[in-house]
Amino acid sequence: MPGPSCTWRKGGSKMLVARLLFLNIWRNRTRSILTFVGLMVAVLAFGLLSTVVQAWYAGAEAASQARLITRSSISLIFPLPASYGERIRHIDGVDQMTYSRWFGGIYKDTRNFFPQFAVDPPTYFAIYSEYRLSEEARQAFYRDRRSAVVGRRLAEEHGFQVGDMVTLKGQIFPGQWEFLIAGIYDGAEEKTDTGKMYFHWAYLNEELKRRRISRDPDSVGVFITSLADASRAAEVSLAIDGLFLNSPKETLTETEQAFQLGFVAMTEAIVVAIRAVSFVVILIIMAVMANTMSMTARERTSEYATLKALGFSPRFVAGLVVGESMLLAVLGGLAGLLATYPAAWAFQASTGNLFRHFAVSPDTSLMQLWAALATGLVAAFFPALRAYRIRIVDGLRAI
Amino acid sequence: MACGRSSTVATTLLAVPLRYSLRNLWVRRLTTVLTALGMALVVYVFAAVLMLDAGLRETLVGTGEVDNMVVIRKGSATEVQSSIDRGQANIVSQMPQVASDIEPLVSRETVVLVNLKKIATGRPSNVVVRGLDAQGAGLRRQVQLIEGRMFRPGSNEVIVGKASAGQFQNMALGESLRFGGRDWQVVGQFEAGRSGFDSEVWADGEILMQSFRRVTYSSLVVRLSDPSQAAAFAASVEDDPRLPLQAKSERAYYEEQSETLSRFIRILGLSLTVIFSIGAVIGATITMQAAVATRTAEIGTLRALGFQRPSILMAFLAEAVFLSLVGGVVGLGLASLMQLTEFSTTNFQSFAELSFGFSLTPTIIIQSLVFAMFMGILGGMLPAIRAARLSIVEALRAA
Repeated sequence: MPGPSCTWRKGGSKMLVARLLFLNIWRNRTRSILTFVGLMVAVLAFGLLSTVVQAWYAGAEAASQARLITRSSISLIFPLPASYGERIRHIDGVDQMTYSRWFGGIYKDTRNFFPQFAVDPPTYFAIYSEYRLSEEARQAFYRDRRSAVVGRRLAEEHGFQVGDMVTLKGQIFPGQWEFLIAGIYDGAEEKTDTGKMYFHWAYLNEELKRRRISRDPDSVGVFITSLADASRAAEVSLAIDGLFLNSPKETLTETEQAFQLGFVAMTEAIVVAIRAVSFVVILIIMAVMANTMSMTARERTSEYATLKALGFSPRFVAGLVVGESMLLAVLGGLAGLLATYPAAWAFQASTGNLFRHFAVSPDTSLMQLWAALATGLVAAFFPALRAYRIRIVDGLRAI
Repeated sequence: MACGRSSTVATTLLAVPLRYSLRNLWVRRLTTVLTALGMALVVYVFAAVLMLDAGLRETLVGTGEVDNMVVIRKGSATEVQSSIDRGQANIVSQMPQVASDIEPLVSRETVVLVNLKKIATGRPSNVVVRGLDAQGAGLRRQVQLIEGRMFRPGSNEVIVGKASAGQFQNMALGESLRFGGRDWQVVGQFEAGRSGFDSEVWADGEILMQSFRRVTYSSLVVRLSDPSQAAAFAASVEDDPRLPLQAKSERAYYEEQSETLSRFIRILGLSLTVIFSIGAVIGATITMQAAVATRTAEIGTLRALGFQRPSILMAFLAEAVFLSLVGGVVGLGLASLMQLTEFSTTNFQSFAELSFGFSLTPTIIIQSLVFAMFMGILGGMLPAIRAARLSIVEALRAA
């Protein structure tokens, strides 16, 4: 049994202390392994939950501050007249203008939900330069009014290929709608959402009239403007809304980021709940770990007394307890941290289209490490205090 | 303790008294508390998730009445997406299955989403504003005015649901809301038995259509003369070539509205609890492992007194189950406090704010306790087997 060593000298061998800590952990193998696994699982769960919360905000983070979204002031379900577009384009400070309209069609089954937008392709893809289309696909898409483009992720998910016909069942615009896939776009960055489908607004509008669907023809959902100078966002927003003030269809303009955050805010209660729960898991593991350490320290009472009798300072003895706890916590924490990456990958694979961007951020890893360290410290506090205070006589008597 | 009964030992398989297990937990209070706390937190999360899901279902299912049918446009999933013109509405109201009281009991409704600011965050979220005709309120038996009066037909007065009033700004009696180019005076508050209507605002249908320049209704709510006619009514709506509409029972309609959110809550919540429970089971194993290790001599004594291996196994398993039950009860206690709070978020399907509570049902109580016991048995099994397998001689030698 590797007891305290008498070869220890002041500053003599830090290695020896480290060895002692390791061997101490190994003394009760089952308990240490169980604690290690518990810590790993908890840190893993904590990391996954933080990643879920971040994924929630991913849309807003990827959104630009230099783009404005103009929608109906009543709510997003009310369209705006397409004629507003020209007036918006001429406002001072506006660089480019485009528009889109939510389609809301179902592909085969409601479970296959993905967003579809009717847009004006040349202006839309000029503003959203992060969507990359090959020149060939671009030409084909712009030329054919019944064609559509899909994002890479969406294409992979449903096996869409260039040349395929995709039929959507309209929920808002009744009927069957067929589109020819003209191209697949990629994202400029990893964060870019490639889970949407775009087709020609002009085609939708024509069909609305031809099929006599009374769903606000000549209307769009939102106008999107890009600004030459992002610092003028507030001023330009007010100018746009001012144009249509007191008209039957008033507008509300905000930056794309604020617009996206608005969506997040709607489901804030869920985010808050997930956050709360991710701290509960740390509390659970703190309880487990504190239990382990208090049992360990209780068993070694006489050993600590012996160390003190040999002349080691109380601080050294308490340090041994803290060191052991921290070592275990860091090992478990690191294992959990590393396991987060494959787990996040598996999580995204199984939830499919729920989150568009699901990646573990460096911040998350750092938080995980902090959580593990905090657990180690909290767990060691009382046992270390006891080891610090124990009187040699009492400790030795316990044998 | 158990030692007093040695006289009957030789003949029967004697059970170790339960008191032995209970008192052992009491002796190691700190460890017991820490382990039970870990389990309590897991049970708390487990129960809270189930309660939230139950609350959501109760709210949305409770929104529907057995003998009411909702008629919306084919292909639409929600009332907001649907549109029905006046001619179609007249055809439906003359169907033979419709109940009548001088006039047919059909409510022509206009449903829009309006962006209003929440009290807690100051951020806007979507509220369902429902325009009803004279029949509308009468078709909802559970709705009761709790303050003020009903809106006058043909006026821009509104009444607000209890949950909306708690969540959104300017919804107190006498205040007014601005949307659709008008100010709407709040003249009453209604309660709808915690159903989805509690999260709505009600106004006069015709005035609402005028201010949004709508010419079509969103949906029809139809009272059947006999609930058994539901299928016949749905079929005649379906088969009428003049009607591009579908009819669903109100219950089924609202149940569908809850599907996505309910599935989301359950999948997220239950996968969390599974991960968390690993931590708690490990905690229980560590505790029981230590309990066995420190009592080796005691186990030897018990065996020497004639208690058989199964009795020892049961005694330790009982200890683990007690431990987990303490955790389960504490966790349930914590979770039941959640009933005092209200959860409000945007329903993914209807895209509108919905308030619902945590609902503790007897099934959830049983599920939670069984889950806790399961964790206890899982955690206690290995240590209990170890205890049972100790040979008498070796165990006594350890003393």
